Amino acid sequence: MKTLARELLFPLIAVIAAFVVGGILILLVGDNPIDAYRLLLGSALSWPDGIGYTLFHATPLIFTGLAVLVGFRCGLFNIGVEGQLYIAAFATAWVGIELANRSSWFLIPLCFAAAILAGALWAAIPGVLKARFGSHEVINTIMLNFIAVSLVSYFTQYYYKVPGDPILQTAMIGENAHIPRLGSFIPGLPERIPLNVAFLLALLCCVLVYLFLWRTKWGYEIRATGSNPSAAEYGGISIRKQIVVAMAVSGALAGMVGINEVLGYRYRYYDGFSDNYGFTGIAVALLGRNHPLGVIFAALLFAMLQHGGIYVDGFSENVTKDIVQVLQGIIILFVAAESFFKWLVGRARPQANQLPRVRAVTQ
Amino acid sequence: MRDVFTLSLIASTIRLATPLVLAALGGLFSERSGVINIALEGKMLAGAFTAAAVTYAADTKLGMGNASPWVGLLGGLVAGLFIAFIYAVSCIRFKADQVVSGAAINILMLGIPGFLSGAFFLSSGSTPQLPKDHLLPQSPVVIAITILILVALIWYVLYKTPFGLRLRSVGEKPEAADAAGVSVSKLRYSGVLLAGMLAGIGGAYLSIGQSSLFTRNMTAGRGFIALAALIFGKWRPVQTLLACLLFGFTEAVSIQMQGAVKLPSGEDIPVQFINMVPYVLTIVVLAGFIGSSRPPRALGVPYQKEK
Amino acid sequence: MLELREITKRFGDVLANDHVNIVVKPGTIHAIVGENGAGKSTAMRIAYGFYTADSGEILVDGQVREIRSPHDAIALGIGMVHQHFMLVETMTVAENIVLGAEPGSSFALDLKSAAAQIRQLSEEFKLAVNPNEPVEHLSVGQQQRVELLKALYRHAKLLILDEPTAVLTPLEVEEFFGILRRMRAQGKTVIIITHKLSEVLAISDEVTVMRDGKVVGGVQTKDTNAAELARMMVGREVLLRVEKPDADVGRAALEVRNLSVTTATGAKRVDNISFQVRTGEIVGIAGVEGNGQTELIEALAGLVEPAQITGEIIIDGKNINAVSARARRELGISHIPEDRHRRGLLLDFNLAENSILGVHYRPPITRLAGNVFLDDGAIRRRATEIIEAFDVRPRNAALPARSLSGGNQQKLIIGREYHVNPKVLLVSQPTRGVDIGAIEFIHRQLVKLRDQGCAILLVSAELEEVTSLSDRLLVVHDGKIAGEVDPKVATLEEIGLLMTRGH
Repeated sequence: MKTLARELLFPLIAVIAAFVVGGILILLVGDNPIDAYRLLLGSALSWPDGIGYTLFHATPLIFTGLAVLVGFRCGLFNIGVEGQLYIAAFATAWVGIELANRSSWFLIPLCFAAAILAGALWAAIPGVLKARFGSHEVINTIMLNFIAVSLVSYFTQYYYKVPGDPILQTAMIGENAHIPRLGSFIPGLPERIPLNVAFLLALLCCVLVYLFLWRTKWGYEIRATGSNPSAAEYGGISIRKQIVVAMAVSGALAGMVGINEVLGYRYRYYDGFSDNYGFTGIAVALLGRNHPLGVIFAALLFAMLQHGGIYVDGFSENVTKDIVQVLQGIIILFVAAESFFKWLVGRARPQANQLPRVRAVTQ
Repeated sequence: MRDVFTLSLIASTIRLATPLVLAALGGLFSERSGVINIALEGKMLAGAFTAAAVTYAADTKLGMGNASPWVGLLGGLVAGLFIAFIYAVSCIRFKADQVVSGAAINILMLGIPGFLSGAFFLSSGSTPQLPKDHLLPQSPVVIAITILILVALIWYVLYKTPFGLRLRSVGEKPEAADAAGVSVSKLRYSGVLLAGMLAGIGGAYLSIGQSSLFTRNMTAGRGFIALAALIFGKWRPVQTLLACLLFGFTEAVSIQMQGAVKLPSGEDIPVQFINMVPYVLTIVVLAGFIGSSRPPRALGVPYQKEK
Repeated sequence: MLELREITKRFGDVLANDHVNIVVKPGTIHAIVGENGAGKSTAMRIAYGFYTADSGEILVDGQVREIRSPHDAIALGIGMVHQHFMLVETMTVAENIVLGAEPGSSFALDLKSAAAQIRQLSEEFKLAVNPNEPVEHLSVGQQQRVELLKALYRHAKLLILDEPTAVLTPLEVEEFFGILRRMRAQGKTVIIITHKLSEVLAISDEVTVMRDGKVVGGVQTKDTNAAELARMMVGREVLLRVEKPDADVGRAALEVRNLSVTTATGAKRVDNISFQVRTGEIVGIAGVEGNGQTELIEALAGLVEPAQITGEIIIDGKNINAVSARARRELGISHIPEDRHRRGLLLDFNLAENSILGVHYRPPITRLAGNVFLDDGAIRRRATEIIEAFDVRPRNAALPARSLSGGNQQKLIIGREYHVNPKVLLVSQPTRGVDIGAIEFIHRQLVKLRDQGCAILLVSAELEEVTSLSDRLLVVHDGKIAGEVDPKVATLEEIGLLMTRGH
């Protein structure tokens, strides 16, 4: 109980502190922070739009949060989630277009597989580069993000765009590849709200990631590598293998964003669709204390903000939806510098709040 | 193919490389002192927005005319410095994870310009257009000379002054520097703050040099290209300059070609592939395929003194 | 010159320095001796400003001084050569030496005049160091001389040397002592931390002996001898002996033939070693730390890339050079590593999770779906068994390993490695940083395992430990076996000679 309270304490303080700093900024631009925050958070609680859209926005953030989490647990920093989800979303659309006429039973699983595999493979590249050459995954994943965006934009523009379409997007996927919106099951939730079964998949993934990391031997090996690579190696665990596996699993989770986006929402690949999901995933994982349960709550918080941002834009005088990103940035900054708060209350000298990191690969 | 190497292409290569050079050389100071700088992007955004806003204010509110871009440049520098200060305090004083803090700064700076411009200019995400004659000089010759002087200066500072020696030692082996009576945190602060200033100036050149206003997310990943150039240049000033010129060139080509480059054989190289060049090269270099690019040994590790 | 008064320093629950008083007279070579962990280095690191004392004061030239950082110490004329050199490998000798005390203005680094000055100093003290050479190209002995030059360049009047000879060959030690004597002749004061008594007698004027964080004696070197110093160091007349029956030796379980191990950077750490360990015997490896013991054990445990190994490692007649660490465990090799924090434990994991490291991937720990899932019940049972059999305290498998004392952490590791009934046990520094009670317990367990027919290879820097436990004793020096002795009859002197002089 004590540990749970402690686990909850710092994220909570970080969020409150971020809202305070954000409030000061809102005051500076001449608006009332209370009003702005009421718009920002209050709008998310209305039924059905507020709740529906919040859960819809939370879906990709749960996936990306889990993706970043799996990396962190192995001592890897996957900043490449953004690129992985682009590649995966395109792959999903590609299968959905190419095999449009197949039956749902065949096509939907295949599209799922495409999303998961494409994400996993793209993420495995920096994994292999680190395992084989020891090159830093942070740099490589950043670089691969840009490569992914260019690559996907190339394929869209040259091969899958509807001729004459002024927007850079692919043709529609086959209707058999569509996955149901939750509105078709839940009374009172209109189908225009794009919340779809991918949300349930996201929740399922939280359970699966928990089971994988804490209840299987593979998860044990990944966490051991993240906790102390030398000891893991001593225990007969191949660090190189864990690096590649963890990156691939991370990428697979990132790839599932494509399922939500392509199969459940837009029914096509739309260039530049991601609203920084991959980077917000870092915030989600950190705020969620690198635990699947925490990820759900953190994703919901950021989703609320994202949804509320639109209302702030519309109804607030000076505050724009950019406040969402400002708050996000400040939250991560505070979460990262945890020792700042300990220092504030005069409890301790700053300690290195280094995430576990796999540095050198063996000797 | 011959058309590619025109004078205008060289000129635009220099112009496009300028913000990269400034940011990358800034990153050089920071990373040589042992602090990773994935926040270059955020610092450039801060510089770009502030420079445009200050120039506009100096021009319209204070009537400073031709002097206004220089005030704007100063504004960009200060903005970069301010952001770097936050980053430095977080990473050095509070020993936060450098990559996480850097990512936080980047996300924060995606929001701040829009937030402020929405309030002050009532146009979400951009600043008002500036008059063409109230911008920073754009003559390729002037820029080229300035950049060369800057690189020479930085090279000198890094290799020929006590400060440079200490900075490099802190990035390689902070405990050795500490044992020699050098303050690790002081030098890391200097490294990060210098990076902020230079990246801020680089951003400023983007908004009040290359263009005449700030637009939403106008750096579009240039901070990361600068980081790539720094790695490709093996954390050395002259090589980093060359890497920036190469990456500036690829950008110039992709803009000039507006679609695809025609090879003599008649085939097209889509612009997307040209855009990828800097990133692919960086990955290749980092993997050690073209020589080895060894980062400063203590890069990314907070210095924790035993007590 | 330097005086420590009532210095006390606590690390967590370890009292590293307990009211330490040391007086060092100017123009002398002052040795501070003691066993590993006696608090010698801590006291000197406090004098150099690396640590701050919890209480007590430091006097330099008779005046009380605040030394809060090395910067303060340097200003007071104190220099220190650390056991692990504080050199920036990628920089040149001159750059390293001037770092922090650069000549010329702050706008121009005058390395030329520095180089000239370094050459002059180098000649004065016969150090033979080239200022323009990058440090990474230098031998260990040369690097040490660079460290000395660093202090001399800063006009240090007092030099503190932490275990300076540990990394030197005998020939280099002679040379090094020559340098120290020249320094004394020039009026410098030298403090040398060591645990080698022969060196103390050879070089020092005065000796301070430390034990368990306290100063237990101070004498003039000329008035003492090795036996007396050893008595003070160890604190008892009789050497620690482990009661053990004669070994019942069987076939060779582990055999090493012409084994050489190089580091990733190409330095040869183990040089053409051959030996056997038979079932039912403990083969000890004695030697000054850093003479290839670590690399030898890691190579045997499968923690070194096969490409860095030449020669043969043979288990039950089969060459296992290319066999992975996991497969070696399956062959019956257990390993108690020298550094439990770095290698032996997942400090953030709880005791139960730590108790399965190495067997976590197979039944009975795993179950279901092709043995993918961890079996909580089996893990808890195993942890409980280990905790009870090895008296790990507190007896709570849910605690993180970090929260245990060193002795209990070590017992957990030993329990884990014993639990698989190893055929071959590789043990390194089994009792380092472990309290007396646990030491005896660990020793008894090692003998017990031997008597069950396990082949044990024991590496220890504690000469007493390794002689009293081993049935056969190999002495290593510079990566080679300098000799084999019978631990029952060999004297410590004899072994010490082999350790320090090689062949």
